[in-house]
Amino acid sequence: MKARVTVTLRPGVLDPQGAAIAQALRALGFGGVEGARQGKLIEIDLSGDDTEAARAEVGAMCEKLLANTVIETYAIEIV
Amino acid sequence: MKAAVVVYPGANCDRDLACALRAAGARVSMVWHKDTALPDGLDLVALPGGFSFGDYLRCGAIAARAPVMRAVADFAARGGHVLGICNGFQVLAETGLLPGALMRNAGLKFVCRTVTLEVGGESAFTRSYAPGARIRLPVAHHDGCYIAPPETLAALRDADRVAFRYAQGDNPNGSMDAIAGVLSANRRVLGMMPHPERAADPALGNTDGAALFSGPAGLALSAPC
Repeated sequence: MKARVTVTLRPGVLDPQGAAIAQALRALGFGGVEGARQGKLIEIDLSGDDTEAARAEVGAMCEKLLANTVIETYAIEIV
Repeated sequence: MKAAVVVYPGANCDRDLACALRAAGARVSMVWHKDTALPDGLDLVALPGGFSFGDYLRCGAIAARAPVMRAVADFAARGGHVLGICNGFQVLAETGLLPGALMRNAGLKFVCRTVTLEVGGESAFTRSYAPGARIRLPVAHHDGCYIAPPETLAALRDADRVAFRYAQGDNPNGSMDAIAGVLSANRRVLGMMPHPERAADPALGNTDGAALFSGPAGLALSAPC
């Protein structure tokens, strides 16, 4: 079983890297780019097959380490 | 004064910090991140700059969960003085001992230069500076942009907990309210991005940082924690 954790900056938190990405895309001619936000994808290999238990466990991982909830939010997908 | 400097893999200012503390009269021991207890009778724990654990995940995130940090948090809870410089500040923010977070510099570049700071926030660390003093200290970081929710910023301002502010026009990283260093609510935990230990010896060409170490050293730290 694999958990896929997506960590992104909270809305409103300044993201200079995302802004640089958006600017670079526009410079390449992608005129429709209105903005970009950069985050992280963390894939975790897990033993067992109880997806609900895994989701709870990964939620605890996010709160304890994977995300800084002062500035970030996270989403968990069990695949 | 009896001080401990915490050493993590990737710390690179730990010996400089120990030197600056010794020059201020402290007896200094180095504590490894895997230790679960601090030496007895400490007055101060100092967290050095560097790139602990390679800055993986987030700056300071992994060091903040190192075994020794539980002892550091207990020490702070007992009223002990804790100083975090640069990466040490990031570690303190990640542990929650200080509010806010440090993010990628607004200009996206690693900044390495000397900046002018305004000293505020009454504390053992700032007591040897004249009120409102302007000092020059080096900064060297990629992730020093201080951010916090508006209500936290207001609380820091209202309680005079901003120990150092970048002088007007000299904010190197886009920090909110030009914050370079903040104090905990009990004023005994200080985190700051500039490096006083790199400006604490005449041979380095700048001694503006020395007073920060003589402040706590000069306290009759009556009840070591």
